[in-house]
Amino acid sequence: MAPLLELRNITKVYSRGLINRASTTALSNVSLTIDEAEPTIVTVAGESGSGKTTLAMLLLGFIQPTEGQILYKGKDISTLVGEEKLTFRREVQAVFQDPFAVFNPFYTVDHLLTVPIEKFKLAKNKTEARDRMYEALTAVGLRPDDILGRFPHQLSGGQRQRINVARALVLKPKLLVADEPVSMVDASLRANILETLRSLQRDYGVTIIYITHDLTTAYHIAKSIIVLYRGAVMEAGDVDKVIKEPQHPYTRLLIDSIPWPDLSRRWGETELKAKEAETDEQTTGCRFAARCPYVMEVCKNPPPLFQINPHQTASCFLHASKPEVAPEQLSELLPV
Amino acid sequence: MATTALPQQTIVLPSRTRLFFNYLRRNKSLTIGLLMLTGLVLFTVIGLFTIDPKHAYPLSVPTRRPPSLEYPFGTDFFGRDLYAAMVVGMWQTALIGFMAGAIGTFIGTVLGFISAYFGGWVDTTIKGICQILTPIPVFLIQVIIAGSLDKRYVTIFTMALIVVLLAWMGPTLVIRAQVLSMKERQFVAVAKLSGVSELGIIFKEILPNLLPFIAASFVGQVFTAMIASFYLAVLGLGPLREPLLGNIIWAAQSQSAFFNGWWWWPLTPSIAIVLILGSLALINMGLDELANPRVRRTE
Amino acid sequence: MPPVLQVRNLQVSYYTDAGRARALDGVDLDLNPGEKLGLVGESGSGKSTMALAMMRMIKPPGRIEGGQVIVGDTDITALSEEEMRKARLSKIAYIPQGAMNSLNPVIRIGAQMMDAIRAHNEKEPKHEAEERCMRALESVDLKRSVFKMYAHELSGGMKQRVCIAISILLRPQVLIADEPTSALDVVTQRQVMETLDHVQQQLGCAIILIGHDMGLMAQFVDKVAVMYAGRLTELSSVREMFTDPKHPYAQALIRSLPSLENKGVFQGIPGLAPSLLRLPGGCPFHPRCPHAMDICTTKLPAFLPLPPSERRVACHLYTSDGAIPVNAPERLQAAQ
Repeated sequence: MAPLLELRNITKVYSRGLINRASTTALSNVSLTIDEAEPTIVTVAGESGSGKTTLAMLLLGFIQPTEGQILYKGKDISTLVGEEKLTFRREVQAVFQDPFAVFNPFYTVDHLLTVPIEKFKLAKNKTEARDRMYEALTAVGLRPDDILGRFPHQLSGGQRQRINVARALVLKPKLLVADEPVSMVDASLRANILETLRSLQRDYGVTIIYITHDLTTAYHIAKSIIVLYRGAVMEAGDVDKVIKEPQHPYTRLLIDSIPWPDLSRRWGETELKAKEAETDEQTTGCRFAARCPYVMEVCKNPPPLFQINPHQTASCFLHASKPEVAPEQLSELLPV
Repeated sequence: MATTALPQQTIVLPSRTRLFFNYLRRNKSLTIGLLMLTGLVLFTVIGLFTIDPKHAYPLSVPTRRPPSLEYPFGTDFFGRDLYAAMVVGMWQTALIGFMAGAIGTFIGTVLGFISAYFGGWVDTTIKGICQILTPIPVFLIQVIIAGSLDKRYVTIFTMALIVVLLAWMGPTLVIRAQVLSMKERQFVAVAKLSGVSELGIIFKEILPNLLPFIAASFVGQVFTAMIASFYLAVLGLGPLREPLLGNIIWAAQSQSAFFNGWWWWPLTPSIAIVLILGSLALINMGLDELANPRVRRTE
Repeated sequence: MPPVLQVRNLQVSYYTDAGRARALDGVDLDLNPGEKLGLVGESGSGKSTMALAMMRMIKPPGRIEGGQVIVGDTDITALSEEEMRKARLSKIAYIPQGAMNSLNPVIRIGAQMMDAIRAHNEKEPKHEAEERCMRALESVDLKRSVFKMYAHELSGGMKQRVCIAISILLRPQVLIADEPTSALDVVTQRQVMETLDHVQQQLGCAIILIGHDMGLMAQFVDKVAVMYAGRLTELSSVREMFTDPKHPYAQALIRSLPSLENKGVFQGIPGLAPSLLRLPGGCPFHPRCPHAMDICTTKLPAFLPLPPSERRVACHLYTSDGAIPVNAPERLQAAQ
């Protein structure tokens, strides 16, 4: 059976300007395979400019890749029409970062739930639709009577984001792209939302692609992780290994900079060796070379992925002694 | 798995009517403007039921009578009962304003929408036309057109059209700007994810949010149209037979009413115009404060 | 040494159409010179209002209804408008949330810094004022050339450091930073926080860091104050807060923090923060408190010291002499 969603050698380049074309490579030769039979939670981690949002947009079919293909059950998504397109839409859903922006201010919050129920025919009549909405809202810890019929500005950010997640519960997609779902939510509520996402994967077989820059939440919810920097994969693999034993200098920098709420792990212990990115020049070699404390001559060439162990790979010439891995095989190194 | 939902507090806002009146108390210009407008509307409506419209036209009543019980606003040189003329004139001015406003807003909404939503060369063309037409001196063109038309063709309706001719660009650009920003909003993306078609997005998601802008454009257009029709009429370029307020003033001026001692003739239409435009201006100011939370004064 | 900042019974309310929201309900705080205090709380807890109140920047429909704020030996609540204007930036400085996005895009950085100086001291000779600006830029680790640049030529981290530089131009005694790193990625965040630390050591000023990221607090501050529904619930040293929090809300916050040890364990705080328009009677936390007693529903707990340390807690579980009250879990356990 063809995998649910497959990204083959995706490259996305944005160019600006009519005469002087300045281009930015948002993603560079990234491949990923998501299998329906093995629902899992994959984290795509990176700072802003890493390409993680571009990846989300590509997965959702909102933008087209410059090179490469995106296949849904074996078919290129740009060729889908009619019934097939609707199925694709139903099975690939998203939870976005800003709890307020997803609501159309003209309608009550019910609109967010009723529209997909109607379009995807998830309920036979109004009563069944209401039941499903009630069920989903209760499952995220909200009281439906307090929520339905209200306008978005009458609710708190936490409530709104929970409604967002409730929408995902109602739809029960096969793939859920969660783009920073808890970064605009209070710390005390994050646990609740992340727990709901986990239960979606565990109890309903939904694969979740959790996009974030916050490695602490990523560590807790995901099984595997892909670290992006300026459009290229720096490191990927089992989330435990990557976070506890990072092999790529960039990952190491990230982990060291996390403000752990732990007095025994202070920043002062590891000196911040990386330089600040001064310019946005497009280099042909390793994307991190300009800031890397271990940069070598060979880094002027793009580093391939080296396999550190069965579930960890890093694209850094420091590991040149290890076997190479083709970009297409990235998914095989991610545990499920 | 789910944490139990503890009783959550719902804030009960005072009823919407109370909030509305509270707001009116604070926003004085809107309140006064609305009151004036209501007064004028009542005057016109009640008037329309009580007068004989024929008296608004020449040769229907004794001429040059000063204000009296029978003719509260007096009569003019041509034998028009000025009270009847005022009522009918106000109604006609309103009609021109609303017609021009509706046409202008409709054109603006449709063009602005198409331009922003479909982009590409359509957008460039429409935007380009708007930008080229905008600096053209409106007054001049209106005078030229109105002046060159055969008097028989100048009616209420043609006045409205002349006024709209160079007024639709404003709303077009405003609506275009709003749609451009709105189509990037995340709720449109979520609607797409929820299976809504393109048409559905246009009419069900974006259009309802444009209503405030459409309404504001409409009010602005009506305002502009009324002023335009007024000054064209004052110059004698209006439909001369009709008792438009501007016409009455023009007629009064052409007969040297003041010097002949018929002071009531230009007075009442002037006061009426000041009241109409003043109320619209106040409402405009008040709406501005409503739409712009920063300017909004709070207790 | 007398404290450099004393807040006594500060009360701020917002008068809305729906009633009166008590944003700050009698807050007491002391800050010693050179001390770093972290002010944490959920959204709506009153932390930003506190900062604005200390700067006397509360706008209608908000009003400072009572209390005092004393900086050094000046009671700034008693100052006239003009005197307060002079006091801002010279005695007490504020870096608002999103400050980096509020830099004027059409004026050079240097001009904005000079504006700030001129607003306080028109007589300072130009070259001296410029030198002051340059020194400020250097102390935040920026090159002198930034003086002539425009905001859009700088990265997020650099812009934020410019904001820090502006705030220290007149060597204030107290610096309030409201979520200074919320829009920055983890690596830049660390750089900015280390800059702030460095600046504070050079200047010897006291810093109040407002935020909701406990990890950041662990890395940076000396004392932590936790706010809930407009009141201070606990004030402890950072070590005490992380190892032995006393107030049930602080305890729940610390428990909900993800760490590298307890993977997959999520502990949220059930319920929602109360609306400031309708505070529950007694202690505002009692509906969500696992240790709530009868007295908690009727009597507001005072913010009392907990000797022998300088900690303060507002909770009926603790009396002012440190004795453990009747219903406390420890007593119950011992009794079994």
